[in-house]
Amino acid sequence: MLDRSYVGHSFPTHSVPVEAGQLRFFAKAVGEESPVYHDREAARAAGYRDIPAPPTFVFSLGLVGTDLAEKYLPMGVDLARLLHGEQQFEYFAPICAGDVITLESKVTDIYDKKGGALEFAVEETTATNQDGELVAKAVQTLVMRNG
Amino acid sequence: MSAINFESLSVGDELPSLAKPLISRTTLALFAGASGDHNPIHIDIDFARAAGMDDVFAHGMLGMAYLGQLLTQWVPQQQLRSYGVRFGSITQLGAQMSCAGKVVEKFEENGEKRVRLELQATDENGDVKLVGQAVAALD
Repeated sequence: MLDRSYVGHSFPTHSVPVEAGQLRFFAKAVGEESPVYHDREAARAAGYRDIPAPPTFVFSLGLVGTDLAEKYLPMGVDLARLLHGEQQFEYFAPICAGDVITLESKVTDIYDKKGGALEFAVEETTATNQDGELVAKAVQTLVMRNG
Repeated sequence: MSAINFESLSVGDELPSLAKPLISRTTLALFAGASGDHNPIHIDIDFARAAGMDDVFAHGMLGMAYLGQLLTQWVPQQQLRSYGVRFGSITQLGAQMSCAGKVVEKFEENGEKRVRLELQATDENGDVKLVGQAVAALD
């Protein structure tokens, strides 16, 4: 069971450098072939400061240096029964290689369906860059299958 | 990069579809490393079986990255304002995902011309794995 006292809980804020090598690795892993996601010059020609983080990469920044089990075990999450229910992003400015992104996230809701067979935890994250500019917001819904 | 413009688009217009190659164990291993999601349920068959699954299965965020590519091959990423998905059912090892999207609304917001898109990723059996929505700003 998820511990409902975690509603309102803030996870420790952390700052993460956005590394070009990691962005290229991500692009390779998803079969992204556009040079914009591999090559700095192509990215600059497309109007970015450097290689851009693709649309879902904020989620990965949140995982850098994070041990999933360590982060979620205290609130009752078992990785073996964890599914991803929903994921939302809002974009305010590009995230590019060389940026340092500060992530602040908190649990905003925990609820269940089907008499507790499925439990849901909603986590909201804001991402701010090294200039203090809000670059993205993310909302993820984690699902625990208890049935 | 993009010849897409607001005036020339109509509600119902479809985005060019995107077909991804088969999701192999290598795909999942690379995505685990590249995405930072190291949950063993996606990469370790022993862990998956102990959890009651037949095998490892794909990260939801892999499918979301694929649908994201559908978007960024259509419109430059700087023009994306929001993007979200609901994960319908588990994407199995060996799945071949097809990504599709269409324009469902044209509107103006924050001084920009924007379109709302509905997105869908299906496997080779036509089973819907992810449904999503995005908003992009257009000239």
